[in-house]
Amino acid sequence: MYISVEKHKDNLLIQFKGELDHHSSEIVRQKIDQQYLDQRIRNIILDLRGLTFMDSSGIGLIMGRYKNCLEKKGKLSIVNDNPQVDKMLKMSGLLKIINVYPTIESAIENI
Amino acid sequence: MEKNYMKLEFLSKSSNESFARVVVAAFASQLDPTLEELSDIKTAVSEAVTNAIIHGYEYGEGIIILEAKIIDDEIEILVEDKGMGIADIEKAMEPFYTSKPNLERSGMGFTVMETFMDSLEVESKKGEGTKVRMRKKFKSLSSKE
Ligand SMILES: Nc1ncnc2c1ncn2[C@@H]1O[C@H](COP(=O)(O)OP(=O)(O)OP(=O)(O)O)[C@@H](O)[C@H]1O
Ligand SMILES: [Mg+2]
Repeated sequence: MYISVEKHKDNLLIQFKGELDHHSSEIVRQKIDQQYLDQRIRNIILDLRGLTFMDSSGIGLIMGRYKNCLEKKGKLSIVNDNPQVDKMLKMSGLLKIINVYPTIESAIENI
Repeated sequence: MEKNYMKLEFLSKSSNESFARVVVAAFASQLDPTLEELSDIKTAVSEAVTNAIIHGYEYGEGIIILEAKIIDDEIEILVEDKGMGIADIEKAMEPFYTSKPNLERSGMGFTVMETFMDSLEVESKKGEGTKVRMRKKFKSLSSKE
């Protein structure tokens, strides 16, 4: 699992590459939360297009970051085009509370 | 009737989650599954193995047994641990139930296994361990006949 973390104004952009499971989610969680401590950052954008696998550990990770965003009065958005990941997102009910966009640009526009 | 069988034992380390997925996917590939079928069984295996690691062997490492059987166009997968077991299986299998909300678990593991596979059976005894048996028929083979 490889992730890149970038800051754009008050947005934290995280791009994933590889497999998101229980093993990899621990490290990813630490990396995201550490950057989110930054006072200027409010919103999180998770770009899941590079994922080749995601199970319920990924859902737990997204839910946890969503709660952190609520506390900071920010917004969490997802960028995705992967049908396997979409199947998990649908099952989890997360799509009722989190918006999914096809590109990073459209996600930023809609924050 | 086409028959095949495999068995594997490994330590309950989180780095073995992807190992278990890859093994089952490679074994199942002889059934010529679609990408979606393959990703469904990988996800179900990942859920069962992760449960054995974080719940079954919560208090220390142990051995996880992974078995797969092919009978014609169906695969049967067994994931077994000799860990702490489940006291109330019915409750454990409820969607969104988790005994570990503080670990950011979503309580969806069993629901994923149920939805992505054709059948799911859970056998467990407190203090003795848990057996999860799942079956799935591959449509890709039957449709070719
Ligand atoms: N192998 C096991 N040994 C002991 N307890 C288990 C085992 N598998 C599941 N459980 C119990 O069943 C509950 C529900 O499991 P399930 O996989 O549905 O959710 P979870 O693991 O808590 O969360 P998630 O899978 O979404 O990360 C667990 O919280 C745990 O208490
Ligand atoms: Mg689970």
